[in-house]
Amino acid sequence: MHIHRFERFWIGVSLVAIAIFIATVVIGFSVYDLRVIGAEKTVDPQNLQETKFADPGVRKAEPGSEVDYEVYVMSRQFMFNPGTAEPITVPTDAKIRFHITSPDVLHGFEVVGTNLNTMVIPGQVATFTTRFDTPKTYGLLCNEYCGAAHHVMEGRLKVVSKSQFNEKQLVQ
Amino acid sequence: MTFIDNYPKSAKIAKANFLVAFIALAIGGLFGLIQALHRTGWARNIISSAEYYTMLTGHGVLLALVFTTFFIAGLFVWGVTRSLDREPENMAFSWSWFWIMLIGTLMATVAILGGFVEGSSIRAAVLYTFYPPMQAHPLFYIGAALLIIGSWMAGADWFRSYLAWRKEHPDERIPLQTYMTLFTMLMWYVCTVGVALEVVVLLIPWSLGWVNQIDPLLPRTLFWYFGHAVVYFWLLPAYFVWYSILPKLSGGRLFSDSMARIVFIIFLILSTPVGYHHQYADPGITVGFKFYAMATTLLLLLPSLLTLFTVVASMEHGAKQRGGKGYFAWLGKLPWGEPAFAGCALAGIMFAAGGFSGIINAAMNINILVHNTIWVPGHFHLTVGTAVALTFMAISYWLVPQLTGRKLKNKTLALIQPYLWFLGMTLMSNAMHRGGLAGIPRRTAEPNYSQFDFEAVFGTISEIKWQIAIGGILLTVSLVFFLWVIFNSWFRGERADKPVDDFIPAALSGPEHAPKILDNIKLWVLLAIALVLIAYSVPLAEMVMDGLFSPGAPTIPV
Repeated sequence: MHIHRFERFWIGVSLVAIAIFIATVVIGFSVYDLRVIGAEKTVDPQNLQETKFADPGVRKAEPGSEVDYEVYVMSRQFMFNPGTAEPITVPTDAKIRFHITSPDVLHGFEVVGTNLNTMVIPGQVATFTTRFDTPKTYGLLCNEYCGAAHHVMEGRLKVVSKSQFNEKQLVQ
Repeated sequence: MTFIDNYPKSAKIAKANFLVAFIALAIGGLFGLIQALHRTGWARNIISSAEYYTMLTGHGVLLALVFTTFFIAGLFVWGVTRSLDREPENMAFSWSWFWIMLIGTLMATVAILGGFVEGSSIRAAVLYTFYPPMQAHPLFYIGAALLIIGSWMAGADWFRSYLAWRKEHPDERIPLQTYMTLFTMLMWYVCTVGVALEVVVLLIPWSLGWVNQIDPLLPRTLFWYFGHAVVYFWLLPAYFVWYSILPKLSGGRLFSDSMARIVFIIFLILSTPVGYHHQYADPGITVGFKFYAMATTLLLLLPSLLTLFTVVASMEHGAKQRGGKGYFAWLGKLPWGEPAFAGCALAGIMFAAGGFSGIINAAMNINILVHNTIWVPGHFHLTVGTAVALTFMAISYWLVPQLTGRKLKNKTLALIQPYLWFLGMTLMSNAMHRGGLAGIPRRTAEPNYSQFDFEAVFGTISEIKWQIAIGGILLTVSLVFFLWVIFNSWFRGERADKPVDDFIPAALSGPEHAPKILDNIKLWVLLAIALVLIAYSVPLAEMVMDGLFSPGAPTIPV
């Protein structure tokens, strides 16, 4: 088969470019710890009262855990609990693990302006770990269509400095 | 003599498909304008915010599924007929797939439009991705299933033509247009298995109330098994036009026939195992499979980059036949004053821009920054909304005269139309991409929140909205021009023996230089199936093993 020499060159350049694109993601993973959501665990969306989602909010992690705080968020038509009625409040300089699920339909959990962004799927628990360096209040919104009032599903995530963080507010 | 004189039966069925496509385009386009005005707050009183989602469902289904599928069917009827020089084997069969697709379309459309009738129980505001546990009326799912079954029969019709031709031409290479049609349809068969299983096994029984719970992840995964390959089902017919017609419209010939075949083989093999790249942000799918999907997605850049080379080389050849010179000066010699050429070329330029944002989407840990933001519709309005839709519109200026035997009317309007589309999409799409970087979500009637404000990374939020609204208006004007030109030409155009120059010259490097293995259909299908099994067998088995409908979420009617 005849391939023009310019075309051979172009194929070579294309393959190198593709290799570089894949490499950026691998480097992101290994050097900068930029992870994506994986398969953690499934739950029965009709029996969430038997799980920690029955009493959602910020908890102190179990002793010996690799994180400092665990945040359980229930996303439902059309609110985050916590998040909508009162902000999710977490401290700076701590390892925080989020667990998010839904008892009804698909939702999105997006902390505006960050890479904290996950699908919320009934039956699955979305789990990710993060830390915040500076105090700031972020917007929180649902970015997956979840019904006629989808556009009102919003809230806030409040990061306060470690010294001002009141552990008495934690879910026990 | 033109197509309608040589192949009157094929012309009739191609026209019927185009007619449905253009009606869907008109309604879907109007919905798009109302959405742009509603979302940006320019006009919030045309529909309510709850009705926005019904309208968005109509926009997605009518444009992404109905307009595309019917246009593609018409285009392929034309291409297979002319390249094999034979009409369909059995017209009753051909019309039966057309009617099945049309009945399915009408059922789904009724279900969607029912959402505008107060108190109606027939509703389908589930968007074009129809993720359960939100439930539409059964008409919607049954209609979708019929549309797909009809398209399978259409593919069978073209294979039938090919096999009949093969009997009479045992030693010839498959003509390029038929080759591209068959490979597109093979890919379509591989990928629609997912959505057909989803709809027939899970959603129809569930929507009829035979089961009362559903596992949301399984149908979602089956949808995305189909949901990315479907974009190549839209794109490959545009490539069909760019490879087999655009070189001629440029005044030249296709650069390499073998490269066109290789590109279609790569799409057949790699289109389906990429589906998880729509699920990077999903819990329930392991990172390893997401990575595999990412690698195959980025490898799919290769056939598009090869296409860029061959198409640009063919255009350069054409321009040089027309007296073009130099490294870049030849660009000026291309027929920019011809609507069919200008539309295809502008569509190609926008596809390059869409390719860049697609690379961002594909890179999974960067994707999280833009996942489900308005960046994503910004991206696919460049790809399906321009590369595909504008190519289809532009090539209609060249095809409809062949199918009707009438000359194109309103040529000035036809010429302005693609440039106006390009301008409107430039405004709308750049603003949507930037809105996404600010975190503004997609699929939202009112992206205005009470507890926080968005901060734009470039420009301002109000300027972004302004560009989306103006862009949407320009796109609508362009669409009206298109529909007017086609309507006028179709019904009032001057009858002519040769309404357009429809001769397509042979490639510079023809099929005689293409290795025989490229035409080995079985080999490439088996390879495609193998790659799909690697991607999907383990995750799907895990989702099915805990029960087809478990972990089960209760049904939520829309």
